[in-house]
Amino acid sequence: MNVRLYVWQRLTAAIMVPMIMVHLAVIFYASRHGLTAADILSRTRGSAAWALFYGTFVLAASSHASIGIRSILTEWSLLEDRAAGVSAIGFGLLLGALGLGAVAAVVWP
Amino acid sequence: MSSTGSELTVSLWRGRERGRYETYKVPMRENQTVLDVVSWVQRNLDPTLSYRFACRVGMCGSCAMTVNGGPRWTCRTIVSKVAKGGRLEIGPLENLPVIKDLAADMRVFFEKWQQAKGVFAPSRTRHDAIERVKSQSDARIAADLAIECINCGICYAACDSVRWNPGYLGPAQLNRAWTLVNDVRDGKNPERLQAVAAKGGCHSCHSLHSCQEYCPMSLNPTAAIAGLKRRTMRAFIKGEIKA
Repeated sequence: MNVRLYVWQRLTAAIMVPMIMVHLAVIFYASRHGLTAADILSRTRGSAAWALFYGTFVLAASSHASIGIRSILTEWSLLEDRAAGVSAIGFGLLLGALGLGAVAAVVWP
Repeated sequence: MSSTGSELTVSLWRGRERGRYETYKVPMRENQTVLDVVSWVQRNLDPTLSYRFACRVGMCGSCAMTVNGGPRWTCRTIVSKVAKGGRLEIGPLENLPVIKDLAADMRVFFEKWQQAKGVFAPSRTRHDAIERVKSQSDARIAADLAIECINCGICYAACDSVRWNPGYLGPAQLNRAWTLVNDVRDGKNPERLQAVAAKGGCHSCHSLHSCQEYCPMSLNPTAAIAGLKRRTMRAFIKGEIKA
């Protein structure tokens, strides 16, 4: 890892920490109030705020995980640096695509 | 030293990268050090045994070996504190090539020392006035906490980040760089920060603290490396160094 990747990993972690708190609070709220899937979708569909919140979370999480996976691959696998970097970027893109797809499914009007 | 009448069973690594442990019986004595044991074998049982020592008083850092699974300075390690059931297993330091028997090849250790810019670069000449260093300044206090390194290589041998990533500079090297980053007399800190921020530099440390756990001088290289991480991150954001 070099200083650029380090800064990005710390930055994305700093973004995610408060978002995880909000996410947990949302889960507690939804379960304590007995919200059904239809109740939740009625709140999230067409909501720019939830789209922005979970969209940002997905981008931060996929970048953060991708940098971590790169370190694991370079240290613990037989992959060369370049192959490890390409694999980690591929993993990050996959994670981002799956996450954004999931966000779209709940916020698309 | 007086003999206690019993014997130690001592296994010593013999060979190079490929070799085997050979077992010797050594008289047990009071206050015996691990280095005493190795010397006894070399002088009484096998003069071809190779190992390294110089000062015998914990200053030179040349006698470090792997003792019962952990790296230790053998001249200051009392046998009774590390022997398990009267048994000792002694090998060369890990994470370094083996020259022969118990002597590890320290060249890569000192090459990385150079890569981390561990050499003091004076910012003044002999014609200038001597620069005054404030002993209570934050920078000097940080340097003092890390300055007593004796280059024994124990932290390097204990470090899992070195084991997993042979390109990683290592704890002693980065600890040394941190002392110089905090030396107001040094004139090469931009180059030094650049060197320790590159691939294999301070950001490759996983903060596992084995260096602190085993350092015979009770230093904390992990804390020094954390300081370098903060300092290089600041320099990178300001555009003073590149990734």
